Amino acid sequence: MAVIRNVRSGAWRVIELITTPVVPADYLDVVAPLRNANVLRAKVDAVRPETDNSVTLLLRPGRGWQAHRPGQYVRLGVDVDGVRLWRSYSITSPPTRRDGRFTITVNAVPDGVVSTHVVRKMKRGTIVHLDVPAGEFLLCEPRPAKALFVTAGSGITPVMGMLRSTLHELSDVVVVHSAGTREAVVFGAELRALAAEGRIRLIERHTRADGRLKPADLDELVPDLFERQTWACGPNEMLDDLETHWADAEAGHLLRTERFRPVLINSGGGGTVTFAQSGTVVETDGSEPLLDSGEAAGVLMPSGCRMGICFSCVLPLREGAVRDLRDGQLTVAEPGDSIPVQTCISAAAGPCKIDA
Amino acid sequence: MTTIQRQKTSPIAHLMPEDIEQIGVELDAIRDEVMASRGEKDAAYIRRVIAWQRGLELGSRGVLLFSLFPPAWLVGTAGLSIAKILENMEIGHNILHGQWDWMRDPKIHSTKWEWDHASPAEQWKHSHNELHHTYTNVIGRDNDLGYGIMRVDEDQKWHPAHLGQPFYNFVNACFFEYGIAAYDLELGRNLATKERRKDPKFKAALKAVRRKIGKQVLKDYVVHPALSGPSFLHTIAANATANLIRNLWSHSVIMCGHFPNGVETFEKTSIEGETRGEWYLRQMLGSANISGSKAMHLMTGNLSHQIEHHLFPDMPSNRYKEIAPKIQDLFQRYGLSYVSGPLPKQVASAWYKVFRLALPNRGEAAVRRPVEKKAPAVSTRWRRAQPQAHLGSAALATPAPAVLSAE
Repeated sequence: MAVIRNVRSGAWRVIELITTPVVPADYLDVVAPLRNANVLRAKVDAVRPETDNSVTLLLRPGRGWQAHRPGQYVRLGVDVDGVRLWRSYSITSPPTRRDGRFTITVNAVPDGVVSTHVVRKMKRGTIVHLDVPAGEFLLCEPRPAKALFVTAGSGITPVMGMLRSTLHELSDVVVVHSAGTREAVVFGAELRALAAEGRIRLIERHTRADGRLKPADLDELVPDLFERQTWACGPNEMLDDLETHWADAEAGHLLRTERFRPVLINSGGGGTVTFAQSGTVVETDGSEPLLDSGEAAGVLMPSGCRMGICFSCVLPLREGAVRDLRDGQLTVAEPGDSIPVQTCISAAAGPCKIDA
Repeated sequence: MTTIQRQKTSPIAHLMPEDIEQIGVELDAIRDEVMASRGEKDAAYIRRVIAWQRGLELGSRGVLLFSLFPPAWLVGTAGLSIAKILENMEIGHNILHGQWDWMRDPKIHSTKWEWDHASPAEQWKHSHNELHHTYTNVIGRDNDLGYGIMRVDEDQKWHPAHLGQPFYNFVNACFFEYGIAAYDLELGRNLATKERRKDPKFKAALKAVRRKIGKQVLKDYVVHPALSGPSFLHTIAANATANLIRNLWSHSVIMCGHFPNGVETFEKTSIEGETRGEWYLRQMLGSANISGSKAMHLMTGNLSHQIEHHLFPDMPSNRYKEIAPKIQDLFQRYGLSYVSGPLPKQVASAWYKVFRLALPNRGEAAVRRPVEKKAPAVSTRWRRAQPQAHLGSAALATPAPAVLSAE
């Protein structure tokens, strides 16, 4: 066996020499982009409208994909205007699909560059980039006797993933979902059908007519509120309110939340810069390049021309926002991102984390 | 050319410090407009060029499997030469400049790219992007002025060894990629003393170059020839020819960038405390373009727009053409000369200089005059000029008028 392995790795090294300085995969990518196990990609097999403002993408992942657990999300990399941007979306299909494909559902949010692009422009056949599924917003084992899901807007997506996968294992399920109008409820028809079959108790709240749901309303709507294991997903203010409400009832351990952390952008510039590897933290006012701030604090930083032309100083921005001091352009990194930025001409535009 | 600071009539004597800062403001505006409009079309362009280049290279190497047959040899060699030129010029050089980093595609990124060249990308980026592009045409700082083996400016000191420089230049042209690898290693300087030879940083760099060259040589002179079986020797000859053509071509294009007649050079002391406007002005005066067709621009990696490239080294190369008229207009309005000419003329002009400066200076140029020194200052070239900053920058005015009055 060792001989065969040696021959195989030897043969591969020869093939690598044929294509050096690029790797053989760079050629194969042209014909079979899903075969590359080092770069996880997916093909969009279908784009299905859900509401006026949302679509479901059916994705065929390539090699390297790992099955998800219901409730998890996946980071999706989409080229928008030539720039690869990454966002996280909850997986809405059960992991048991025979064809290995999965779905995500994207809601176009105002000013959301990626979500708007996906909802309005995504075409069947497009190749997108992926990360393996992640997230700790999961149903517990053993399954809860009584479950409550409190969601708003696109917060329904991870819950839909859970319901589609594990509803048959749950006996008592209440779903409280808020959306602007009845038409804006993503998966509205499917949820109502489940309710009609008596498999879930569905409480829909249409906020444009009835106003936003208050945690106190829940006490009335769900009388056995604190007897239930609860999963909540939606806007941060809603989750904050819920957490306070549950904590006040000393039932915090029964509530699990999934939140989207928006990147804070300080329009005046400046912010706390964290140099992740050295652990150095610096307060900046946004007028000084990250390179200068780091060096002044004793961080070892790569540097070059110090005027933005040589790209010797690039370091990954892991989280937060930076501004190009020359033309004011913002670069924003979502959690999980790693965007190389030129530290010699970039300044903090909010709290940010740099790999140095 | 004598450095601008030593010339009798400086080509920038008519510019006030405010003018120079205004040039910077105008250039920043041109840059911002293009950079903000980068998009899907540009991304599609570079991906298309890469796909074409890879197809051409693979196809040519396929044809060369039968290089025993003369037509196959000719077609394959021609194709491979073009593929190698595209790979080095329009693709490699420009990606390594970070021109496509904005796409955030790790496959087309300056931090990840490796090219078909003897010098590893990392080392080349340091000597080219950082040293040459920051210190363009500054004697004693920019070693691209003669690559450390030639004298291409009157103000570079003459040595009898320079008598052989036409020959060195020819040899360098034939083996250009190795010349660049040696240059990026600063081989001359680093081999000079035992201490430098033993420096672990130098040793690591040397090892990286050896490994890179090893792979390149194995590919072109062992693996591909072996794959072509009975055509073994013919494929070796074909690959060597393609490398030679690529080397001669890139050497010619690069000579045209800074050596032709009309290009200015600068004193080391003149760049201390240089403002953004002054840096831009130095790039404008220190570079020369090549005029020609669309194909010429592509094959030179758009270094035919050397002036535009030196002003905005990180601007995607496919956009230089559209800003060229604006840059030319700027030159004209500020009374500066935009040096440009067809390839044969520029190559001849550069070669003439190599021959002429093999001999010591004659007459007036031989007299070295002192140049006024300025206090060193921290680098602030990224800082854009503000209207109220004009007075401040006046203190850092170009030394040209001072030299003139000293005469």
